[in-house]
Amino acid sequence: MPAPRPLRDIAVVAFAQTDHRRTSDELSEVEMLMPVLHEVLAQTGLKTGEVGFTCSGSTDYLAGRAFSFTMALDGVGAWPPISESHVEMDGAWALYEAWTKLLTGDADTALVYAYGKSSPGSVRDVLTRQLDPYYLAPLWPDSVALAALQAQALIDAGHTDEPALAAVASRSRASAAGNPHAQLRGPVPRGGYAVRPLRTGDCPPVGDGAAAVILAAGERARELCERPAWIRGIDHRIEAHGLGVRDLTDSPSTRLAAERAGVFERPVDTAELHAPFSSQEVVLRKALRLDDGVTVNPSGGALAANPVMAAGLVRIGEAADRIRRGESDRALAHATSGPCLQQNLVAVLEGDPR
Amino acid sequence: MPEVLKAPLVVEFPFTRSLGPVQSAFLTGLRERVVLGVRTGDGRILVPPVEYDPVTSEEVGELVEVAATGTVTTWAWNHEPRRGQPLDRAFAWVLVRLDGADTALLHALDAPGGPDSVRTGMRVRVRWARERSGAITDIACFEPHEAHEPGGADEPAAHDGRFENPVTGIVAPARLDYTYSPGRAQSAYLHALTERRVVGERCPSCRKVYVPPRGACPTCGVATSERVDVGPRGTVTTYCIVNIKAKNLDIEVPYVYAHIALDGADLALHGRIGGIPYDRVRMGLRVEPVWPDGGGHPDHYRPTGEPDADYETYKELL
Repeated sequence: MPAPRPLRDIAVVAFAQTDHRRTSDELSEVEMLMPVLHEVLAQTGLKTGEVGFTCSGSTDYLAGRAFSFTMALDGVGAWPPISESHVEMDGAWALYEAWTKLLTGDADTALVYAYGKSSPGSVRDVLTRQLDPYYLAPLWPDSVALAALQAQALIDAGHTDEPALAAVASRSRASAAGNPHAQLRGPVPRGGYAVRPLRTGDCPPVGDGAAAVILAAGERARELCERPAWIRGIDHRIEAHGLGVRDLTDSPSTRLAAERAGVFERPVDTAELHAPFSSQEVVLRKALRLDDGVTVNPSGGALAANPVMAAGLVRIGEAADRIRRGESDRALAHATSGPCLQQNLVAVLEGDPR
Repeated sequence: MPEVLKAPLVVEFPFTRSLGPVQSAFLTGLRERVVLGVRTGDGRILVPPVEYDPVTSEEVGELVEVAATGTVTTWAWNHEPRRGQPLDRAFAWVLVRLDGADTALLHALDAPGGPDSVRTGMRVRVRWARERSGAITDIACFEPHEAHEPGGADEPAAHDGRFENPVTGIVAPARLDYTYSPGRAQSAYLHALTERRVVGERCPSCRKVYVPPRGACPTCGVATSERVDVGPRGTVTTYCIVNIKAKNLDIEVPYVYAHIALDGADLALHGRIGGIPYDRVRMGLRVEPVWPDGGGHPDHYRPTGEPDADYETYKELL
């Protein structure tokens, strides 16, 4: 069944991100975020009061502070009152909410932003608190351990091996050499085992960062941007939370989201995949049927910079920027959330025919 | 620029969670060294059990007893255990499909032989915790179990899930450790407090002075950077009388909690009013801070004795 065409043409018209860094002690969340908001607005010339809808993604668990997103709102300038919402998820899901808002016709433009400061805590431990509280969370299985279980399952199934995983990491960081925002660039040692079979080189850097995107519908998009990145389809799907219920070597939720977003109707030339661990790229490439003709993660991906809660939105922004610069005509952007690729969002972005 | 402050921040909660019928039976079973699964409509047996089939979303509740032995379906060697994890020496994380079950349970495997002694497909058995309370940690861990036995061929026996004194809830303590840094603007504010000064920041756009400063003007959405001394005196703009004694707070009730517009600030901050009977506090009352020994926020504010401020001077700050 072909994916249904969206009711309105909606595009990414601007994207900005911070330089992603290991720490940003000198900045509060809003201080880190504000320059990105200013930059993305400046790209379009829009002022906050002219944006129809604002939506953000972040999580209190990173900073250890309740309702931290309300403080970040100070950076938006919420007076006179604005139409605003927040998701306790990666900003890619905030973008999904904004996209649906634009589809309804209630707004013609939307500002989407996301941020995460992982440096105050230990993100490996913090992420255990998103797990099932009855059977998993009391055991404190950290995010690297869960990814390592998935990596071993892939190795046992013959889908990859440790040298192949190292090659994924090495390619990502080589690509990131051209990305001034990336945290890890160029040759990065494979390192010792973090949790075997994953080495430190297979794991994402821990860091702080923020990103923002502006969406616009129809003619408004053409006014704001020379070559808008039209969202031809976007969908997200989730799998059972029980890790032992799932086949960790596959990602049926990614495949289904891709199908519903229309990925398989025509080839894509670029794919920005949110794969924080090298082994997860192996799973995603298979689920998305990407062959060697597709440029995967030219930005370096999450292995080069993984600001938690913003890394997925960055994938959409990077894919859109490739289109806006004329380096891509049809790109796929993917975001993930939860352990071992539990929840996945896939978007297809296209430039106007040339 | 003064040094940016940092301090340890521990967030700790005992989450009390209630269990449904299936989870209650499963966790009570663990206390009694019995492992229960649940049978789905299409005959699969889920361990650990859930109340809804994750594939069809059908409600499920038919309990069966499975073995305490099983097979590793995947594993990962954890050479540096972290706080809260099941073992304090190197161990393997494992997903174990217990004999009789169709899905796998996540836990730790105690493998004294090191990573080379662990493989997918190896046989393991439950090691029970000495003291059990009805929690997933009643399984202390798994241990290698190479004995050959028929296990797995028998159909798991039905179980009514009934136990004496069933566990109906768990307390799941959570603790996360942070190093909190309030950032540039709030660090400057806290530094000034140690010198018994209060500083705000002025918005370059609307010229309002915010206190405490958070680094951004919430109205204009721009950075505030011009530091401004405010107070120390101020005006009560509005207040309430607190009649409920807070736990661990050594203040006699009733007392007054007020919004105080410090001189030169465009935003009122909160503070307790002391040095005056609670029923004499009023809008417009002029107050000044009473500083604690050793620095920090004012302990409370007390009347200065000046005439009350004219309403017109603070009406915008209500």
